[in-house]
Amino acid sequence: MKVLDSKRPKTALLTRALVPALMLALAACSGTPDETYVGPSPDLPKPQRGLFPTLKVSLPAEWGDQLPQVPEGYEISAIADNLLIPRQMLVLPNGDILVAEGRGGRAPQLTPKDIIAGFIKSRGNTQVDSGNRLTLLRDADGDGVYENRSVFADNLDAPYGLAFGNGSIYVATQDALLRFAYTDGAVNAGAAPEEITRLPGAINHHWTKALTISADGRYLFVGIGSDSNITERGIAVEESRAMVWQVDAQTGFHRVFATGLRNPTALAMQPGMDQLWAVVNERDEIGDELVPDYLTSVRPGGFYGWPYSYWGQNVDERVRPQKPEKVASAITPDFALGSHVAALGVAFSTPTMGAQFANGVFVGQHGSWNRNPPVGYKVSFVPFRDGRPSGEAIDFATGFLGEDGKARGRPVGVTVDPRGALLVADDLANTIWRITPTGGAPGAPAATPAAAEAAPADAPAAAGATPPAG
Amino acid sequence: MQTPPVLVTQPYRPLHPLHLLLVSSAFPLFLGALLADIAYARSYEIQWTNFASWLVVGAMVFAVVALVWALVSLVTPTARTRTRFIYVGLLALTCVLGFLNSLVHAMDAWQKMPQALVWSVLCVASIGASLWFALGGTLRRREVLP
Repeated sequence: MKVLDSKRPKTALLTRALVPALMLALAACSGTPDETYVGPSPDLPKPQRGLFPTLKVSLPAEWGDQLPQVPEGYEISAIADNLLIPRQMLVLPNGDILVAEGRGGRAPQLTPKDIIAGFIKSRGNTQVDSGNRLTLLRDADGDGVYENRSVFADNLDAPYGLAFGNGSIYVATQDALLRFAYTDGAVNAGAAPEEITRLPGAINHHWTKALTISADGRYLFVGIGSDSNITERGIAVEESRAMVWQVDAQTGFHRVFATGLRNPTALAMQPGMDQLWAVVNERDEIGDELVPDYLTSVRPGGFYGWPYSYWGQNVDERVRPQKPEKVASAITPDFALGSHVAALGVAFSTPTMGAQFANGVFVGQHGSWNRNPPVGYKVSFVPFRDGRPSGEAIDFATGFLGEDGKARGRPVGVTVDPRGALLVADDLANTIWRITPTGGAPGAPAATPAAAEAAPADAPAAAGATPPAG
Repeated sequence: MQTPPVLVTQPYRPLHPLHLLLVSSAFPLFLGALLADIAYARSYEIQWTNFASWLVVGAMVFAVVALVWALVSLVTPTARTRTRFIYVGLLALTCVLGFLNSLVHAMDAWQKMPQALVWSVLCVASIGASLWFALGGTLRRREVLP
């Protein structure tokens, strides 16, 4: 009895609090919470769509003298600005940073909707022209200020994914995988790149080609996005789309590594485990809390649902013909990052980032358009334990979406500098942000060889003298 | 006993030929949209629904211009007949239905089905009815003078 008594007021309170909240939400024509669910097991609502799709575009505004907010004990600075749409980055063995700049996509506007929605969405993006180049940033004296800048390579067709291995820089443009020979300390490519393989690029509704490399340098993994939101350009054009390729770095031959990944916008190899992870952007226009973008380990041969189902085996009724046998084999992803957050960057952390953020991944979230209120527009951290996501995601860099509803910046790629810094590419402010533990990396002295080398930062160590950190 | 013949239509200011052309053009476009919807529903071939989307937009271009013209023409007192008001009302309804139909057609892939079919049928019926009155039809059965 006592137990019951003590429980009753609680449930009553819950009902009293929830019912008006629900009514209010219904009255406002949307029961959408301010924050989207983040975690391993989202409670998925029923698909719904009104006559008008949600198109909540956050218009751009200048940063002025503001900066993104970072946790206590960390500081942030802009190390490069006036870039031409920076997307992904790569830290070279000597500490130089390569930035891929550009905008791709050549999908024809097939319907009146393509034209109208395309115009509305473009208002939330930068208006500068595509850079189509790689910019190299150098901090020669190790003071955290990247005073030198050069164009490493240009005239590339929307470069995006970057990887380093075998003494080479690999670049995934929107339709080809390229290799640049690299000598330590080089500030430009010197020679034209070698094409390793063509990549599917005919329509490129989702044009970003994510890239990472296996620990032994033998294989490259390329993420290829779908050619539509949900097959509205037809099934035929989805041949070789929404999948990850495993490409032999030597020969350029590829095999399909995993499928059903709608838009795998960033890939990363788990340090020490040779396990591929991806952040994937899921489908739109079936509700504010559908479908969560996710972080997942990618299993060889795995099928992750698109287009037939989402979050495992939830059938998407918009696809005809349906394929129940494919749905039955769909794998449920590991960790929901939130619906419509548009995760475009992922990077494994290192102990040099500080104890709280030593083990896990950083995720760059470009921010939503198909959700009201908007979400994303931040960099979050998903902690790992025993090699798996574990615990609550933590906001690492916020303030990209102002109180006034205007976007100051939109994070894309995130990259961990092994010396103890997180780099964030911002394709709205056209800026690279660098977030470091204040006064070096507390609690993780000399945790890696790279950190040990970087420690005497005051010494005028010549850039390019540091050997690869492995 | 013979009743005197009833004049079924009052003499009124007829629609301008160009006006008639505009409103007539909307009909085959709405009808084409319906046929394309049926083709998509039967084949799952996405191009049919792309056609349907554009056909609805095309029909709306003609219907809306005709509606504006029709509303403006009501300024003339001799134009304000019962038939004309029915015509303008039906054309306005057509424009509303056509707008809703274009929103439904903006849904991705099969999400628009089967409601797109229903909306397209309504559009064809509504533009057909508008045309009936635009072309001189009435609500009564036509009687022929002996």
